[in-house]
Amino acid sequence: MAITLTDAAASHVRNFIDNRGKGIGLRLAVRTTGCSGMAYVLEFADEVDDGDVVFEDNDVKVVIDRKSLVYLDGTELDFGKEGLNEGFKFNNPNVKDECGCGESFNV
Amino acid sequence: MALLQISEPGQSTAPHQHRFAAGIDLGTTNSLVATVRSGQASVLPDDQGRVILPSVVHYSADGVSAIGHEAAAIAVEDPFNTLASVKRLIGRSAEEIAESLHASQLRLEPAADTVPRISTAAGAKTAIEVSAEILGALRERAERSLGGDLAGVVITVPAYFDDTQRQATRDAARFAGLNVYRLVNEPTAAAIAYGLDQGEGESTIAVYDLGGGTFDISILKLSKGVFEVLSTAGDTSLGGDDMDHALVAWLMQGAGLESLDASGQRGLMQQARQIKHELTTAQKVACDLSESGQSWQGEITRAQFDELIAPLLDRTLKACRKALRDAGLRAEGIDAVVMVGGSTRVPAVRDAVAGFFKREVMTDIDPDEVVAIGAALQADVLAGNKPDSDMLLLDVVPLSLGLETMGGLAEQIVPRNTTIPVTRAQEFTTYKDGQSAMSLHVVQGERDLVADCRSLGRFELRGIPPMVAGQARIVVKFQIDADGLLTVSAVEQTSGVAAEVHIKPSYGLSEPEIEQMLVDSLENAEVDVAARMLSEQRVEADRALEALDSALARDADQYLQADERKNIDAAREAVLTARTDGDTESIKQAIKALERASESYVARRMNASVTEAMRGKTLDEYKTLQDQAP
Repeated sequence: MAITLTDAAASHVRNFIDNRGKGIGLRLAVRTTGCSGMAYVLEFADEVDDGDVVFEDNDVKVVIDRKSLVYLDGTELDFGKEGLNEGFKFNNPNVKDECGCGESFNV
Repeated sequence: MALLQISEPGQSTAPHQHRFAAGIDLGTTNSLVATVRSGQASVLPDDQGRVILPSVVHYSADGVSAIGHEAAAIAVEDPFNTLASVKRLIGRSAEEIAESLHASQLRLEPAADTVPRISTAAGAKTAIEVSAEILGALRERAERSLGGDLAGVVITVPAYFDDTQRQATRDAARFAGLNVYRLVNEPTAAAIAYGLDQGEGESTIAVYDLGGGTFDISILKLSKGVFEVLSTAGDTSLGGDDMDHALVAWLMQGAGLESLDASGQRGLMQQARQIKHELTTAQKVACDLSESGQSWQGEITRAQFDELIAPLLDRTLKACRKALRDAGLRAEGIDAVVMVGGSTRVPAVRDAVAGFFKREVMTDIDPDEVVAIGAALQADVLAGNKPDSDMLLLDVVPLSLGLETMGGLAEQIVPRNTTIPVTRAQEFTTYKDGQSAMSLHVVQGERDLVADCRSLGRFELRGIPPMVAGQARIVVKFQIDADGLLTVSAVEQTSGVAAEVHIKPSYGLSEPEIEQMLVDSLENAEVDVAARMLSEQRVEADRALEALDSALARDADQYLQADERKNIDAAREAVLTARTDGDTESIKQAIKALERASESYVARRMNASVTEAMRGKTLDEYKTLQDQAP
């Protein structure tokens, strides 16, 4: 079981946490909303709750609850640009299909 | 695949529900847009990596042909159709801007209405339309950078902008399809960018803003999350361009050039700007001139440059001194000094300001970007992306708002420095029997007499059902929304008749005027109290006369004997005389005398009406009546 970050993603996350001035890492989760089943949640993590699993990759702690991990196991978090837009991308091997926008998915 | 940003814990939004927000610095010369992504505020570049958008729009016969850098490049060949610095014109009348236009090459349409229009190949354009084009270009950039529509924006305006100018800016945003969360003062935005709003307790902040063509100094006071502008000063034609001009003059003198043609002048200006930029880091810069067949090699040191711009810096410091004086502060009373504007990169500027305020100045954030960054941070909070909304910046009412009451007195309903949005209501009543309408006069100011306050508007409440004076209950509500728009409504409670008026507060009031009105209110406190008492006593006299006259008209013959009537008439006459010529005390005495003279008449009327009420009732009925009486 693992979650990984690309170098680009990791350096951006470290930068954002530094800038924010607090936080132990990144929280990933899935929520059962969205136009195609599940939606990704990407937040700063201030604490680890019971039932959370913590991974560390590229000097970034990734906090994720066990239930979400089922849907996210093996995911690689990347940071990319599309034109003027930039942000994080989930490369999730569990996804069977996603909505056109890619913000929600099915497993 | 959508690109996601990191949210604050618990603030993740559902897909397609992102609340994208941006901060816009709509400048005289340059504009910028910034946003907060993954908790970090940054300015957004265009396709070519440029963050600055020159506030320039070029029109051709087909309409807008270029905005920003491309438009600025055409300015030389087509000056009449290239509109720049329209911020100097926005929200102002044709007369007011005649002066500003003098310096530029813009042509004004003959005044068809009150809004000035500039002639272009695409027809007459207002400053609002031109600003809307600039805002539209920034909106497009922001939406492409965020990958979605903007939920709302914060736009910055100079602290001295009056309500008309603010409203015009808001209108421009609406034309550009933007939802404006709030207009924020530029110095306030700069202070927010440095996180100065996060501090505990009170602090006083000076914001020194030296741009390309304008200089502003603002003194802000922050207490309990409210930024108050204590004073502003500045010079609308002083900036980095003047440094360039000074340098051009020096170069021409050095090269022995008498005059230059337009293109030579432009070339030299560009060179001067380059030298100025290099002197920010270098101690000396080589100058290589080849103009009009002549060539000259020279060198300028930073010390020489500092000397050239010293008179300009002195002018800014003079304004700083004035701002401090207006705020009633000394340089020692300032807790932080924020530097804004590209020209504050010049080391001599930083040194001069640091020396003046006797403290280190804040320069960590790019001075061109700091205002947009602060606006973006504020927009992020207003969009609801931050959990701790206590950072929400509040605006205040600059001067008290109230109503005129009988006797020309101002009744304060919303006191000054009340944070907005706010709703305050107060009950008023009628003054005469059977009064069917009430005129409401909304005023702004600190003085007791309406004549010394600013009139904001009048409206009438009609259709009040006939009632005895003092019985009608009219609730007047003052409502100021987050944008400072005031709505005054009046409702008569028993009948429900209502009327309302929308008013822009501080309409046309400039900062110095507000300042002056405040000073006046303190200096005239005693005069005001005396005037208020006199005025109140006169109203009292009117009320007494009104009541007496209406009674006399009804039943004087029935209850009054001739000599009594004579006494009352004499006392009535005395009240009238005192009311016009007397002081507070003599009016009071005259009213008392009138009350004494009419005492037995009033008593007789009273008895008669009690007898009337009892007539034809059994003892039991009478008892019940008595029990019910208070």
